[in-house]
Amino acid sequence: MQQLPAIFEDWFHARGWSIHPHQQQMLARANDPALLLIAPTGGGKTLAGFLPTLVDLAQEPRAGLHTLYISPLKALAADIRRNLTTPVTEMGLPIRIEDRTGDTPASRKKRQRADPPHILLTTPESLALLTSYEDAPRMFDGLKRVVVDEIHALANSKRGDQLMLALGRLQRLCPDLRRVGLSATVEDPQAIAHLLARHPDPCEILFADPGPAPDISMLTTKEAPPWAGGNAAYAIPAVLEQLRQHKTTLIFHNTRAQAEIFFHNLWLANDDGLPIGIHHGSLDREQRARVEAAMVRGDLRAIVCTGSLDLGIDWGDVDLVIQIGAPKNVKRLVQRIGRANHRYNAPSKALLVPANRFEVVECVAALEAAKEGELDGDPRGEGPRDVLCQHILIVAAAGPFDADELYDEVTTVGAYAHLSRAAFDACLEFCATGGYALRAYDQWQRLQRRADGKWQLRDPRAAQKIRMNIGTIQDTDTLKVRLRRNRGGKPLGEIEEGFAASLTPGDTFLIGGQIVRYEGLREMTVEVSRNAAKKPKVATFAGTKFATSTQLSARVVEMFQQETWPDLPRHTADWLKLQRDVSKLPEPGRLLVESFAHDGREQTAVYGFAGRNGQQTLGLLLTKRMEDLGLNPMGFVATDYATLIWGLNRVEDPAPLFDIDVLQEGLETWLAGNAVMKRTFRASATIAGLIQRNTPSARKSGRQATFSSDILYDTLQKYDPEHLLLKITREEALRGLVDFGRIEEMAARIKGRIDHVTLSRVSPLAAPMLLEMGRVPVKGAAEEKLLADEAARLMESAGISGIAPPPSS
Amino acid sequence: MNSHVFTFAGATLNALGSGALWWPEESLLCVSDLHLCKSERVARRSGQSLPPYETRDTLNRLTSDVAHTKPKVVVCLGDSFDDLTAAAALSEAERLWITRLQAGRRWIWIEGNHDPGPIAFGGDHLREAKFGRLIFRHIAQPDAMAEISGHYHPKAHVQARGRRISRPAFLYDTERLILPAYGTYTGGLRSNSTVLESLMDPKALAILTGPVPTCVPMPR
Repeated sequence: MQQLPAIFEDWFHARGWSIHPHQQQMLARANDPALLLIAPTGGGKTLAGFLPTLVDLAQEPRAGLHTLYISPLKALAADIRRNLTTPVTEMGLPIRIEDRTGDTPASRKKRQRADPPHILLTTPESLALLTSYEDAPRMFDGLKRVVVDEIHALANSKRGDQLMLALGRLQRLCPDLRRVGLSATVEDPQAIAHLLARHPDPCEILFADPGPAPDISMLTTKEAPPWAGGNAAYAIPAVLEQLRQHKTTLIFHNTRAQAEIFFHNLWLANDDGLPIGIHHGSLDREQRARVEAAMVRGDLRAIVCTGSLDLGIDWGDVDLVIQIGAPKNVKRLVQRIGRANHRYNAPSKALLVPANRFEVVECVAALEAAKEGELDGDPRGEGPRDVLCQHILIVAAAGPFDADELYDEVTTVGAYAHLSRAAFDACLEFCATGGYALRAYDQWQRLQRRADGKWQLRDPRAAQKIRMNIGTIQDTDTLKVRLRRNRGGKPLGEIEEGFAASLTPGDTFLIGGQIVRYEGLREMTVEVSRNAAKKPKVATFAGTKFATSTQLSARVVEMFQQETWPDLPRHTADWLKLQRDVSKLPEPGRLLVESFAHDGREQTAVYGFAGRNGQQTLGLLLTKRMEDLGLNPMGFVATDYATLIWGLNRVEDPAPLFDIDVLQEGLETWLAGNAVMKRTFRASATIAGLIQRNTPSARKSGRQATFSSDILYDTLQKYDPEHLLLKITREEALRGLVDFGRIEEMAARIKGRIDHVTLSRVSPLAAPMLLEMGRVPVKGAAEEKLLADEAARLMESAGISGIAPPPSS
Repeated sequence: MNSHVFTFAGATLNALGSGALWWPEESLLCVSDLHLCKSERVARRSGQSLPPYETRDTLNRLTSDVAHTKPKVVVCLGDSFDDLTAAAALSEAERLWITRLQAGRRWIWIEGNHDPGPIAFGGDHLREAKFGRLIFRHIAQPDAMAEISGHYHPKAHVQARGRRISRPAFLYDTERLILPAYGTYTGGLRSNSTVLESLMDPKALAILTGPVPTCVPMPR
């Protein structure tokens, strides 16, 4: 099937199109076991992926599932269905296309299993679920191709690992399965090819013409960006002006909270009443669908959005992309810019809007990097074993399995190619018995070995529970928000449970671009009313927070060393100069530490430039040292450049804090007890199936239904420190949140050369950190002190009217 | 040992940081909701294999409290076992451990909703017990007087300079004292839940457990 059939030629011709070279190549290599296409958005990438399928089915019509398409986003699956239906209908091809995601009605899902379409569009989670059914072999019988779209977005995540394990499973059912990956421009295509292909199959990489270089610049405004903050309100007039000049604009934000604030401010200033919508992952599905539909109809001039619109959804005629806030990562910037202008040969146009002055520096550094074509990224390690544990359970849910066969299958997955048998067996043992040093549950183990050597679920009803827990995305617990007296009405969206707990009736907050007033909690739903308050709180969302790449950080610190900054806007150059005047600018080979009081607490800023993970670990280690030295640290927050620690006592001499040997000595014991490890443990324990996901119904019923994963963690640490899940937690922490290597590197770099500056107020450079989210509490002596103080205050203000408590001993 | 001393229905009591109640005058140590063998029951019912160490951990902490207070009487206020089958699944070592703890003192098992009926351990098995004016039972009864109970696993929170500190807590007013759950794998019910708010007097106090037991007005 190398030649494009006439019906396709005619169709291309009728549209005035000609087949792209990379589409032709994809067709020519249709029988490659694995094939990766790197193409910019708008390069006919999707059609390239599907062309071999369409041609095959056009030439040889037959029933049954032919091609599976996986996308990281539900919305993308729906979008592709629309786009693919057009050529299929116009050419009159006998091809049925359906999508299947968490949003698909149960009746249709059931039908799809009995009578699958030719092309099924789905997500990694829905695919994992499909493979967990006993009838999976029947459903996937005859499957020829799988297309993984936007594979670059999955490659660095556990979702991708889960997907590739599921493909390993499918490959066993359908040995001739061909794999195709579609990717945006990435720094290391070879790494993605390694993940995609069945190990050790080869995987050819095709590159489409990248098109003309994008036209990126920084938005210039009359007003200077603020010293701190992330909402870029100063740029609203300039942004509105851009919206007027362009047909359709996407306005990207790094976090959902920032998107909400910006959208709110945009509307306050939108005197022309331009139709502008908002789209992010915490909004209710119906709300999002409405915005998407309006966008497709061309009714909107702009959408304020987050990563939920990051991927290749074709929203029509976007002619400008605005990035609010520093892009944090040059690769993502380039990919986002690709969203503009889907006409293949016109340059994409993009504007960067720094939200504060630090980000001006970062934006300029990112622009330089983008111009030089320097993409950033860090290599990823071995496949994570918590995902493997979940996979084993999914396999068990589908029916009895042979351990040897499963091991062979798992090691055909690129990320798990080097998994040792012992490491695999530990995961199997964990799934079967919990894998504890203390032999327990012999009677009740989850998986049992049958006489024929195969493993099966002890209780087949457990399959249902396993299916309910499929997935690797960690949701924080959220509550739905609904208008009061509108209980049948649509929810507005969701907020984090922790944020909900901080609300008292009368508080106002922003959600979906509206200001609402908190009325109360009713059956795990937050009830609100509309309110026109001017100064709402901002709901906190768990949306992804990106880390500035280490390469970009290095560019920033280099830039600081300049005598003057002609490339930076005046205000930012002045700000850096001010930092140089009142304090110091960080220098390579030295460590800048600032101390000042703020918000009733003593603050210490450490500019290590060790990357977000390194700075996070530094925060953990330093607070541990400070606790030992009696400085009563209360918490810290880390950015890519610095760590800000606050506590009850001032740091007078930072030198003893940075003794690398002492820090290192403490690492192991310290690792055990801290909040980041517990957070990592919770994630891994949920993925691996030790604890169940918190379903809304479970929480509703829950008196003491759930106890915290922290207790499990502490118990394991105490009684079974070598347990698999603790090992996985350490592995995960070391690859993710703990980057001790970079701290050692930093220590070697500074060799004790510390510049300690004590200030009477916040320094220009430290100010942005006061607004950073993701603060990590330190539960030490300070907490006991706070509790005692607050208790005394409460008892006093309550009066001693009720029961007179005698003094405590 | 850190404790908070308070007066309840004429008796001087100590709320220990561990969640146990110590009554020096009667040499009585009271713990509630041990939920021993909870992980065994979870495994049996759901197939989830939690770390099977909670019985050991709970007994370790109880041993430490017993060693410190050297009580003449120990009252386990119900739900001592996660259920009767779980009680039967206790290992031989843990069985002996409990027997050692019981040696030389009176030991009272109050029955709970999780472990009704007789259980195969030494000691008195009672629906409720009375010492002086104080009555010990598992679940608080409406209109009870001088009553000490468990069952609800109460916890309370304090908002201290922007930080929410939430811990298992004793709740008490003039007629009622509710103990926090002592078992390692036990969740908690917030003091501002409807059931606890309606049980407790508006002037009730809460004693948060922890390194230093701390008394505050019961958060509502």
